[in-house]
Amino acid sequence: MSVMSGFGVVLKRDLHLAFRNRGDLINPLVFFMLVATLFPLGVGPDPETLMIMGGGVIWVSALLSNLLAMDSLFRSDFEDGSLEQLMLAPQPLWMTAMAKVISHWLVTGLPLTLLSPVLAIMFGLPSEALPAIVATLFLGTPLLSLIGAIGAGLTVGLRKGGILLSLLTLPLYIPVLILGTGAIDAAVSGMAWHGHLLWQGVLLVLGITFAPLAISASLRISVSG
Amino acid sequence: MSQLSSLSASGLTCERDERTLFESLDFTLSSGEVLQVAGPNGAGKTTLMRVIAGLALDFHGDIVWNGQPVKDDRPGFQASLLYMGHQPGVKSIMTPEENLQWSMGLHRKLDKEEIWGALKKVQLRGYEDVPCYQLSAGQNRRVALARLFLARQKLWILDEPFTAIDKAGIAELEQTLVDHARRGGMVMMTTHHEMDMDYSGFRQLVLGGE
Repeated sequence: MSVMSGFGVVLKRDLHLAFRNRGDLINPLVFFMLVATLFPLGVGPDPETLMIMGGGVIWVSALLSNLLAMDSLFRSDFEDGSLEQLMLAPQPLWMTAMAKVISHWLVTGLPLTLLSPVLAIMFGLPSEALPAIVATLFLGTPLLSLIGAIGAGLTVGLRKGGILLSLLTLPLYIPVLILGTGAIDAAVSGMAWHGHLLWQGVLLVLGITFAPLAISASLRISVSG
Repeated sequence: MSQLSSLSASGLTCERDERTLFESLDFTLSSGEVLQVAGPNGAGKTTLMRVIAGLALDFHGDIVWNGQPVKDDRPGFQASLLYMGHQPGVKSIMTPEENLQWSMGLHRKLDKEEIWGALKKVQLRGYEDVPCYQLSAGQNRRVALARLFLARQKLWILDEPFTAIDKAGIAELEQTLVDHARRGGMVMMTTHHEMDMDYSGFRQLVLGGE
């Protein structure tokens, strides 16, 4: 049994489960759209203000909706014993963790990235900023999923892990947020924004390299306790 | 399955909340043996199973699989291990067929006929397309037990496999365990059910017997 086919089994299984649970699938997306659309109602329809805030609001909504979805990443597997089965499979645990994070990103981060131009237009952001929004979310949301999964792994064994998860992961989300909104701000004011994007890429590579190991260690601790 | 294997544990000690569950526990399990871990509630049966399987990390002592410490070759050990815990890992929103597809698919390639065959052996033929939340507790347990018919792993660690299973089912299951042991496999299990196994390789390990 090759390692890659085990990866495929887990990825397929998680996508399958996600599409079975349509409510859970749509929830983070609806949340993302709702938070972003409520802002203009709260701060007023002044196009100038909306354009300044737009990038930040989109990013903060994306971050919060990712956090909302994160808690369920390992929870049901932990509760019904599937996590033990996944951990005792012949494949290394970091690979299983990676498959779960990828499937999680495919159903939350990716659709959110694809929806973001709609929100950008709604906030009246200039069309030059659209590539920056999509590109930063495209690199940023997988990173959020990777970081969040470490926290989700650590808190999955706790009865009320949700708040602790937010406290643990939010500080780590902040650099991603700053780089994302920085790139959009630069793009809105017509400056070069590729620097921010490159830094985000660096962090993503770092995350892909180390997060799976941290996730598997955190899962081992949770299941052992 | 022709090659002989052995699992041995020496000096196993585990404490939970400053209470010693078991201390300096030694045992060996070889091909062809069925070991029942017995003892009152809270004696540490489940903990012992989890320690051996590698899920509980908080213990002292050595576990050796085929002459090699398990911690040196965990993937090798896991490739020959089938573990079933209290929560058997059956996804309620998936069908029995899909459940077996992923849980055994992690270990080897399967085709549909094999899965249907295994479901037939646990009397779930005809239910392969019904989501597991519509099945009874016993049927859900049977979905998990169908893994035994697909398993090529040598070492089976089963924690309370008879929960919610009817009398006839238990008799069949006992026979399955004996058949596995006869083929050179080994079984380590806990149960409160009286095992009337007429098999020379059947042994008991009693925990918490003061």
